Order: sequence, then C-alpha cells, then structure tokens
Amino acid sequence: MVTEINSITPLLAVLVSMIAAVLILASGKYPNLREGWTFVAAFIKFGLVISMLPLILKGDVITYTVVEMLPDIPIAFKVDAFGILFAITSSFLWIFVTSYSIGYMRSLNEHAQTRYFFCFAIALSSAVGIAFSANLVTLFLFYELLTISTYPLVAHNETPEAISSGRKYLTYLMIAGVSLLFAIVVVYHYTGTTEFSFSGIAGMDAIPQTTLVILFVTFMIGCAKAAFMPLHAWLPAAMVAPTPVSALLHAVAVVKAGVFTALRVILYVFGVDLMQDSGIWLYMAYFVSITIILASIYALMQDNLKKRLAYSTVSQLSYIVLGAVLITPHGLTGGMLHIPYHAFMKITLFMCAGALIVTAQKENISEMKGIARQMPITMIAFTVGALGMIGMPPVGGYVTKWFLLLGAAELHSMILIAVLLVSAVLNAAYFFPVIYVAFFKKPDHELKYKEAPLTMLIPLVVTAIISIVIGIWPDAPGMFLDIVEIAVANVTGGGI
Amino acid sequence: MSGILDIVYAEYNYWIYVTLMMIGFYAMIAKKNLIKKVIGANIFQTAIFLFYISLSDVTGGTAPILMGGHGGEHAADVIYTNPVPHVLILTAIVVAVSTTAVALALIIRIYNEYGSLDEDVIRAARRELQPEFSEHARQKSVAEVSEQ
Amino acid sequence: MIGFDLIAPHLPVLTVVVPLIAGFLTPIIGWIDRRLPWYWVVLAMFVVLLIAGNNLVTVINSGTIQYKLGGWDPPFGIEYVIDLLNGFVCLIIAFIAFMVSIYSKESVKKEVPGKTTPFYAVFLLLITGLMGMTITGDIFNFYVFLEISSLTAYALIAMGDRGDGVVASFNYLIMGTVAASFILLGIGYLYAVTGTLNMADMQNILPGVYESKVVLAALAFFMVGFSIKVGLFPLHSWLPDAYTHAPSTASALIAGLMTKVGAYAMIRFMFGVFTPDFVINTTQMTNILAWAAALAIIVGSVLAIAQSDIKRMLAYSSISQIGYILLGVGLANMIGMEGGLLHLLNHALMKCALFLVAGAIFYKTGIRNLYQFKGLGKKMPVTTTVFLIAALSMIGVPGTVGFTSKWYLALGSVDAGQWIFVFVILLSSLLNIVYFWRIFDNIWFGHPHEIENIKRDEAPLTMLVPMVILAVLCVFFGFFAYYPVHYVIEPLSEALLGLGGVLSR
Repeated sequence: MVTEINSITPLLAVLVSMIAAVLILASGKYPNLREGWTFVAAFIKFGLVISMLPLILKGDVITYTVVEMLPDIPIAFKVDAFGILFAITSSFLWIFVTSYSIGYMRSLNEHAQTRYFFCFAIALSSAVGIAFSANLVTLFLFYELLTISTYPLVAHNETPEAISSGRKYLTYLMIAGVSLLFAIVVVYHYTGTTEFSFSGIAGMDAIPQTTLVILFVTFMIGCAKAAFMPLHAWLPAAMVAPTPVSALLHAVAVVKAGVFTALRVILYVFGVDLMQDSGIWLYMAYFVSITIILASIYALMQDNLKKRLAYSTVSQLSYIVLGAVLITPHGLTGGMLHIPYHAFMKITLFMCAGALIVTAQKENISEMKGIARQMPITMIAFTVGALGMIGMPPVGGYVTKWFLLLGAAELHSMILIAVLLVSAVLNAAYFFPVIYVAFFKKPDHELKYKEAPLTMLIPLVVTAIISIVIGIWPDAPGMFLDIVEIAVANVTGGGI
Repeated sequence: MSGILDIVYAEYNYWIYVTLMMIGFYAMIAKKNLIKKVIGANIFQTAIFLFYISLSDVTGGTAPILMGGHGGEHAADVIYTNPVPHVLILTAIVVAVSTTAVALALIIRIYNEYGSLDEDVIRAARRELQPEFSEHARQKSVAEVSEQ
Repeated sequence: MIGFDLIAPHLPVLTVVVPLIAGFLTPIIGWIDRRLPWYWVVLAMFVVLLIAGNNLVTVINSGTIQYKLGGWDPPFGIEYVIDLLNGFVCLIIAFIAFMVSIYSKESVKKEVPGKTTPFYAVFLLLITGLMGMTITGDIFNFYVFLEISSLTAYALIAMGDRGDGVVASFNYLIMGTVAASFILLGIGYLYAVTGTLNMADMQNILPGVYESKVVLAALAFFMVGFSIKVGLFPLHSWLPDAYTHAPSTASALIAGLMTKVGAYAMIRFMFGVFTPDFVINTTQMTNILAWAAALAIIVGSVLAIAQSDIKRMLAYSSISQIGYILLGVGLANMIGMEGGLLHLLNHALMKCALFLVAGAIFYKTGIRNLYQFKGLGKKMPVTTTVFLIAALSMIGVPGTVGFTSKWYLALGSVDAGQWIFVFVILLSSLLNIVYFWRIFDNIWFGHPHEIENIKRDEAPLTMLVPMVILAVLCVFFGFFAYYPVHYVIEPLSEALLGLGGVLSR
C-alpha cells in the first residue's frame, strides 16, 4: 500500500533555486560569487531531490501542502516515482549546465549574465515544481512561471531576430497556457478537484465522450511545450538563444516539462482505463507517430547543427508520448524511461554543438569538415550522443527503443512498429553525415588541436559517459529503470 | 385621436418634463458650442426637478406646514402635499448649480487655452499642439523600433 | 484607550466625516505651511484606513452595522448601513487612497506646481464622496455623494495636462451629468412607486409593484447611468481622455477607485434595491450586463493594443477589466459573482500599481510614450519590477491576483454553460499579453541610443514604498486569496444572490 509521508523537503527543493536567484541578483557585480551561488544551489537542490529517493523506492509518496490558494484549490506538492524521475533528471543536469554555462558565457563575453543566471535559476525551480506538483493548478503555476522565466533566455541576444523568436516562443507557449487553463477549469467543473491520482481523477468518466475528446485536445494543445508537430515551430525558432539555453530547453526543463505534463494528464488525470475505454489512445498514438516521422524528415533537411538537433528533439519527444499512450506496461516503461535517457543524450549533443560554436565558430554541418581533428574529445562525445539517439547499443537509447517496440508488439500494431523502425533509420540518416563529415572529410585548411575550455568540456564528457552507463547497466539498483518500474506499477495497478 | 389627447392632458406635467429633458439632452450631445452644452445640461436637470415637484403634488393638497402650528391641535382631514421631493430638489438644485459652476470654470480655462468654444476647433488645436501622441508620431516611433 | 468607547458607536459615520472635515481644514493647514498638507492627508487617510478596517472586522464578527444619522429612525431618517459588501469596498477605497496619498508627495509637487493645497483638499473630498456613496443606505443620499465624488474628480482631472486635462474634464463632466441625471430620475421613479428612500425598505416594498412599468424604467435608467460611470463599453468615451490627462496621482486614484465604486453601486442597486430574482430572471438584466461586459473585455483589450501612450493604454485596459467585474456579476451564479467581487479588490491593486508606475516613470523621465521606454530596466529597476509584477497580474499569471479572478470567472462561465464567455476571458488574457509584453521588451531588451550613459536613477522613496507594497499584495493575494474569499466574498455572494445569509438586516 502507498503510504503518504508529510515532509517539507519538496518545497525546499523548489525554493532552493528561487533563493539562489535572489542571491544571484544581489551579487550581480561579483561574477565569481554569483556563479558560486548557482553551483551551491544546484548541488543542494540535487541533494534534496536525491534525499527523497529512498522513500520513493520503497513505494511511498511524499506530500506537502503549501497554502490553500482558494477554497478547495491548494498549492500542494506530491512526490511520486514519476515526479522524482523528472526532478532527478533536471536537477542533476543543472549542475552540468551551470558549469557549461559559465564556460560558454565567459568565453563569448556575453552581456547581461546576471539576468541569464537569474532566469536560469527560476526556470529550474519551475521545472522541479512541475515535477512535484500534486494538482493541475500547482502544475499550471509552475508551467507559466517556466514560460515567463525562459523568455529572457530565449531573447537573450536582444537582437531583432532574438526578440522575434522570443515572441514566437511566447506566443506558442502562452496560447498553450491559456488552453491548459481552459482544460483545467473544465476538469474542475466536472470533477470538483484537480488533484492527480494514480488511476486518473475520479469522475472523469462521467464526462460525455465529445467533451472528453475536446478536453483531451485542449490539454494536448496546452502541452505545446512538448512540441507536437503542428505546435513545434517555437522550438527551432528558439535556437537563436545561447547554446546552454538550448540545452536547458531541450534536455533539462522546457520540453521535458511539456511531455511530463502530457504524461501527467494522460496517466494521472485521464487514467489508463479511461484512455483505453474512450479509444483516445489509438488516435493519439497515430498522431504522435506522424510527428515522429515528419520531424525526422525535417531534421534531414537542416544544415545548421542546432536546428537539426532541434527537429531531432521534436521527434524524440513524441516517442515519450507514444510510449504513454500505448498504455501497455512496456510501452509506459519505454516512454517514461526516455525522459531521462533522452535528456542525457540530447544534452551531450547540444553541449558539443555549443563547444563547436565557442571554439571553432562553426554552426553549419557543411563547414565542419574534419573538425574532429581539432576537437576530438568533443566529437567523440557527440558520436556517443548520436549513437544513443539512433538506438545503437551500448548507448542508452536502445533500452527505451526496446521497451517501446515491445509495447507496440504487444498491441500487434504493425504500423507503430514500422514507425519506430523507420524513425530509427531516419535518425541514422541525419546523424551519420555529421559524424562522417567531422571525422573523415578533409578539412579545407590545416586544423590545430584546440578544445573548448574545461568548464565546458568536463560536463559534456561526463554526460556522454553517463549515457553509456545507463545503456550498459540500465537495471542498476536505484537507477532510472527502478524508479520507472514503480511509476508504471502505480499507474497500471500492478507490476510489469 | 381624442384618446391620445386625453392621455396628454391627463398627465401633461410628465409630457412637459419629458419634452424639456429631450431638448436638454439633445443640446448636450449635439451642440458644438461648449456653453450650449452646459445650457443643455441645465435644461436637462431642470426637467428632472420639475418632474419631482409635480410628483409631490396631491390634488387639493396644501403647503406642508402643520395647520395650527407646532404643538397645536392637528386637523386630521387636512391634505398636505408631499414635502420630501421639495427637500430633495433643494439639494439637487445645489448640486446642479455647483456642476454648472465647475463647467463654466472649465470653459474659461478651455477658452484661454484654445481661444475658442467650438468643439471642432478645439479638437483640431489639440491635434496640433500634441504631436507627440498623434498617429503620425506613433507610426514614426514604430518605424524606429523596427529599424533597430 | 480613553474616549474610544465614546467614538466607537460613531465609527461608521466617521468614515465619511473624517475626510470631509480634513478636506475643509486642508486650506488652513496649507496656509500655515505649504509642505504640511501632504502630512495632513496621509494622516487623515491613515485614520480612515483604521476606521474602515475596524468596520469590516466588526461586520465579519458581529454582522451588519446600522447607524442612524441624527438619531432619526429609518426609513424616515438617513441611515448608514455597513454590511459585508460595502465594508469590503470601503476597505479597498481606504487602502488604495492611503497608498496613493503617500505616493503623491513628489508627484503632486512636480505635476501640479503651486496648487498642492487645493489638490489635497479636493483629494480628500473625493474620498468623502466615494466613501459616502459606498456606505450610505439612503438612495438620495447616495446621489448627493455621487455628485460630490464626480465634481471633485472633474476638478482633479482639470489639474492635469494643460489644455487636454481641462477638455477631458469637461467631456467627463457632460457625460457624468447625464449619468447622474439618469440616476436621479431613476431614484424619482422608485420614490414615486414606493414612497421611501431607504434602500432596504425599498427592497421590501418593490416586489409588490414589480408589474409597474415605472420600476422597469427606473432599472433601465440606473443601469445606463452606472454604465456611464464605470465606463462600460460603448459608454466609455470619457474615460481614456480623463485617465490619460489627469495628474498621475489623480489617475491612480480615479482608475483604482471611481470605477470600482461605480461597479459597487451597480451591484448594490441590482441586488440591494431590486431583488435578485427580478434582475436575474424577470428582466434578464444580468444577462444583458454579461454580454455587454464580454464585449467591453474584448474591445477594451483590442483598443489598448493600439495605444502608444502608457496611461491611455492602461485606461483602455481598465475598460476591459471593468468588463471582468461586471461579467462576473452578470453571470449571476455563485462562482461568477465571487470572481467579479474578487476582481474588485484585485483590479484596484493591479491598476493602481500600474498607474503609480506610469506616474513614477513620468516623474523621472517625462516620458509617457511606451516606445521610448528603452533601457528603463537599468535606470529604474524597482519601478520596472513593480510594473512587471502588476502587468503579469493583469495577464493573469498564476501566483498573482489576476489568476484567481480569472479562474473564478472562467469557472463561473462554465458553470453557467456560457462557453463563449470562457473564450472571451481567455482571449482577453492573450490580448493582455500582447499589449504588456511589448512594454517588457522595450524596458528590458530595447537599446536606447546612448546605452553607456544609463545610470540607476530611481524614483524617490515616497513613491517606491506604496508601489512595492501594492506589488507585494498582488502576489500575496495571489497565493492567499483564500482569506478574502472565505471571510468576505463567499458569504457575500450567497447573500447577494439570495441563496442564504443576509446582506443587510
């Protein structure tokens, strides 16, 4: 039986980076102190999140009600296995991104660094807040906060291009926010609560079918952060931001918050049974399949490395949602597990792309001939990430693909199996050329060995190594697979 | 035909007040001259006063002063008109006078500023005096923004 | 406290009398020393705030307070009644007025040079009028206070921008006179049918004469009159000019309070003079109001986007926000009503903060054109942060007051089955983003021509403190909306809609 333990730790975990944000703002004139705060907060945050893990692994949940905002609508936290999965991913990666950011921002001598670190810290608070939210309103609170705090990061360059991209980003995500609010209001209207529940909110099945479908669609529009295909345009546009921000968007916080919300809605608001009974899952599965394939094709057409990675993200995120709507335990495992796995691999890829920008000033793939001779370590890490994306052992990606395929196979759905395989081929098609150009093409002129600064190099090497470790030994005790198994058991009401 | 006239005759006081009110209202809305607007407002308000006063009248009633004086014997069969509307209208008249005073004070300042009491002239003068907020200036600043 | 027992029973009337007497004494104080009136106003407003707070607490604890003026029994004498509704509104008025009075020190000195004493005298009389309108239980007394507040508002607006302020004031005067005359006429009609001027008494008598067309006409006159007073689209024409060209302090005061009190009066007349059943079912007045409000929400927001003067933009935004309040009232269900009433408080906090910020920026830089705000984020960090919080609140970001009212209104619309209103509310928050975000972009991301020369140059402390307090409250009530909702708004909505509980007596 699930025991609820009341503890303030989740609130602290959320607040740590908020407090850090204030300190960052206060010590804006002393860069070392400022970035010191970021580091300290990152470690404390990760520590707090990890400290809750043993209880979660025992199958308990941790709850904390902060304040009753309106009658019957509390701001409350509830840490369950699925939440902590996302929290660990984002808080752990924050440490690396911080280190990488410092290297990146200082080497490019960027402006407004205080604002940058301030917003970064707020964004992290929001991400962990989303992970720990106990109800839709709390989730919405952090969801909007995340949108607002990342806007200055996206528009960081302050050029007209950056601002117009920022506007695009904002437009998409604010429309999403409004749509999400609408859906929340409707849920509250019908059920009288917004609190997540393992088997879906009670009373959802009383909603008429048509309304239910509309509700689901508005929820999914609300999850535009997950960049489903017609609502993905903000993600490539946001590529104008500094690379660490892209890493934040793609791996640590924003898009992950989107898919996390989508999964929360699918599994904890609608619930597995309702998804199955209403038949929504099948349409959603086909819908995200289209995104998986189309985004991969778009990725093929990009020459700009960051844009190619962006479309790759669009495609990979839909894997996660696909896993969730497959409803089978294996599918769910694959989908949930892809959240941290994709995060580690994609962040490696982005940090490599950023290192290329900082050290070699190269953004386009066609300019990267023989770049591996100049930056071998970076390119090896990139290769590791790319292999993971394609799904080649021993890098992590194959584990989640395996589970997804199992899930699709259980349903005997040839179409979905085909989608997964075709997408793997497409992944290979857009990543191998990069590796080929970098390692085997002859450079136009002689290149000397020159790597990115250590603050950037170390994080990307570490995440690359972790990507391999989670591939070789996915079932290590206390690792992601353990957490995911508990989450899946919670949702399906049984083991795998 | 006579039916309508009967109605008009029977409640002629209301017809008068409604007519006056409409005249005042028309002047307030349609007249370009500010003084005429104020006069319109006054007619409008006076019409309402008349309505109140005619309301208080009771057929055969006398002035609401106690017959026999204060403390004396009150005759039970004496009909008084209703004093309350009179009192109310005294207050309302004061209000109307103050409103008129404020309006006239404003008009003096407007005249000193623009040298005219005609609404159109004033509007034109304001456009000229305030280029900063005009449409043209706005578009210029928009163009400036997009230039950068 | 010695003497408190003596004063305590007279506290209701003191809410009106204190600013009244203080207002008339201001010229004398100003004659002694021209710096004194500010201290005098702050002191008076503080006293009023204490009294209003005490009144509301008393009402919450021990029910409606009745105060007989001159000892005359109602319905013959004038009666002041403080129930949850006007106790709540009074506290809002007192608080906002207190904040604005602190803020006014430097701003008034700069924008109304040489006329600070009359400004403060009129300021106090305006508060008198607003307090009186709110607190009175007598329908004709209400009209008198309405005119007091209107006349003082004309005077305050006329002290603003040379020329423009006076013209705006004159236009407001004409519209205001029409409105007041309509209300006066409505009062006359009701008096003609009921023979009483006491609101509660009238409410008891009216149901017997609902068949009379006179009652319908009276309701129509009231609704049109108040619609002009609150600036409900399409009767809003006076509002943008008046808000734009008044002195900053007066703008904040008028924008924060005048329309709120107008909305209060509308609620009071609909549910406290007429009966809920009559306005909701018999005449469908609430329904009409809801549609008009929905229209105002959209049109106000769209027009706000077209503005380049920040105060004018805020004025159009007010038109839209008034729509929120009246939409909530017009929904005429429990949750919608709660949303509308909550928005009375919320909008007062947000809009007042925004106008204060606009005033502070104008004070420091002389700029009102929002395309010239570039680089302000570095120059005035505190002021612009307040602006950020208040504007996010207007947008309705969760964690701010704007969200709570938006939540209630959306939920209320769903409950009423009026899906189109839900879309209106959501669309409006998107439009709010459009017109506020371009200012954010200018403030923080815009590059002024001489970027190196930006130095920190904040507004004086007397301006910063009230702005910061308001911004903090915007966030505080975003998280702790439970308290006003639970103690005031829930029982109040129940009583207003006639679902239980008592509004007065």
